[in-house]
Amino acid sequence: MLKEVPILWCDAASKEWAVEELAMQRRILWLAEFFLRTPIESLSAVRPLSRLSLSYKPGGTLMPERIPDDCVGLVEYQDLHITEDLLLECGRSLPGYTLRYECYGTLNSARSNAILICHALSGDHHAAGYHSPTDKKPGWWDSMIGPGKPIDTRHFFVVCSNFIGSCKGSTGPASINPASNEPWGMDFPMVTVSDWVRTQVTLSDHLGIDCWAAIVGGSLGGMQVLQWAIDYPERLRHALVIAAAPNLSAQNIGFNEVCRQAIMTDPDFHGGHYYRYESKPRHGLALARMIGHITYLSDDAMGQKFGRETRLGKTLSYGFDIDFEVESYLRYQGSRFVEHFDANSYLYITKALDYFDPAAAYGGNLAAALAKVQAKFFVASFSSDWRFSPERSREIVQALYTAGAHVSYAEIESHHGHDSFLLPIPQYLRVMRSYLERMAEELGV
Amino acid sequence: MSQTLRHDLRIIADWIRPGSRVLDLGCGEGELLSHLQQQKQVKGYGIELDDERVAAALRRGVPVLQQDLDSGLRQFASGSVDTVVLSLTLQAVHYPLDLLLEMLRVGREGIVTFPNMGHWRARWQLGVGGHMPMTDVLPHTWYDTPNIHLCTLRDFDALCHKNRIEVRERVVLDDRRRNTASNRILPNLLGEVALYRCAKAD
Repeated sequence: MLKEVPILWCDAASKEWAVEELAMQRRILWLAEFFLRTPIESLSAVRPLSRLSLSYKPGGTLMPERIPDDCVGLVEYQDLHITEDLLLECGRSLPGYTLRYECYGTLNSARSNAILICHALSGDHHAAGYHSPTDKKPGWWDSMIGPGKPIDTRHFFVVCSNFIGSCKGSTGPASINPASNEPWGMDFPMVTVSDWVRTQVTLSDHLGIDCWAAIVGGSLGGMQVLQWAIDYPERLRHALVIAAAPNLSAQNIGFNEVCRQAIMTDPDFHGGHYYRYESKPRHGLALARMIGHITYLSDDAMGQKFGRETRLGKTLSYGFDIDFEVESYLRYQGSRFVEHFDANSYLYITKALDYFDPAAAYGGNLAAALAKVQAKFFVASFSSDWRFSPERSREIVQALYTAGAHVSYAEIESHHGHDSFLLPIPQYLRVMRSYLERMAEELGV
Repeated sequence: MSQTLRHDLRIIADWIRPGSRVLDLGCGEGELLSHLQQQKQVKGYGIELDDERVAAALRRGVPVLQQDLDSGLRQFASGSVDTVVLSLTLQAVHYPLDLLLEMLRVGREGIVTFPNMGHWRARWQLGVGGHMPMTDVLPHTWYDTPNIHLCTLRDFDALCHKNRIEVRERVVLDDRRRNTASNRILPNLLGEVALYRCAKAD
């Protein structure tokens, strides 16, 4: 009845969106059939459905009927509570904090097979597997982590922790400030990438891991990897930096500032203390996400995904309601994001991104900043990424080469923009697998 | 590993000093660098464009940078390595002279190897057969070949002379990859693969 056009790629969020869109389209078609008493085939013939349609099984859900063999399966998070003060780079200190993390695989007796995963802006500690059998989707990097996957949990013990300032379980602006007994809001101290690395060092000590076999991260996660290699060179053997940059460009900072202004000028923001009013800056945060989302995709990807397709194939409304699929998609992404992300966290994390610049302490000389690294590096970028373009990754590679470090670099052809680092792109999985297999062999794990 | 190294690569390996820094342009699956890392403790980097070969080089533990040689070597500082190797790749780049000069800027010494179009079999195929040569080292049809800048030994010598490139050593291998006395007498006729070790004269 409906055209079943399998989409070759999509992240979990767009999949969810597409399924909802499809369900709505089905309802409308059903109503049309009912009222017009016309067979549905003739309708879809005059009005081809959106190219976004998933191969859709009626009554089916997105959850796999059985957890696949190459998935880490059901997982639980753990919390590490630190009671000592954490002196932050900004000069203020945090009176204790919680770090939420997840582990997959088994730590060997030599403690030499541990891999730390660093997540990006809106990510969290839940990198792989499912929390419950009713979960609709697995962790954010399930395509990369699991038994038989590139980060193979049969060989490696994998840890992923949520950074402070976030809202996913580790201490952040939405947590309770012990001094006031209410949420921190904008009283939360500014946190930086270096601060995150220091909290992860505490986690490493807690887990008894003196030296990580590898630290791996994409985007903002890749920046944490870089910071790790600079600040604690003896505590990691391999650094995998994916779709990252040595610092943010003026354009990157500009986009971040527009996002922050969208949030802070929302009437429901209340100077960051919206928790008191049991409200949140929904419009501002949704808008920030919509802007952010455009920068994660490429022009090509958006064109291929949406084109100028109108919603439900309707004619133009000549008004300001949704006309185009791309508008519908962005609004959906925005409104969905508001449900699971704290606006203050968005402000703090984008600031941490803006401040990241390890070369600054060396007069802007990145090679000098990287002079003491001991880790072997693998850097990867994606051809259509314009948020952190291949040129930015090549800057890292060039600095590592100049510093005499062991570095490999893969530039992966993809039209999915910055989001590529989360997607199961065959060449991406292949280079990751090749590198990590070799690493496992060298480490004898 | 060392037993299976191709004869031309073995000669290149012999020219490289232990513990030196090497850049291998068009490194393929990293056979040469892997050998040099293990046998000569060389610090090497490979450059390769092909997706599959990059993955293979990573699997061997060779540092490989995915890049198109036609985009130049700008990011590599002058004199940042001891030797730059260009093995059977010169004929496939768009600007061979530019690349050659760039090699000799980045490395103190360059090793270039290429298929010799002056080999008697190529001459026979073109001169008597009247068609574009297809040999072991040039196995492609004229319309579907990556090799766009073919030359003979004499051509390469002239290029070096004109651009003040000093040829420090030359080995010519015949069609059975041997370095025989007759090759040395008639290199441009009997040599199928030429190996040059060179440097900028000034």
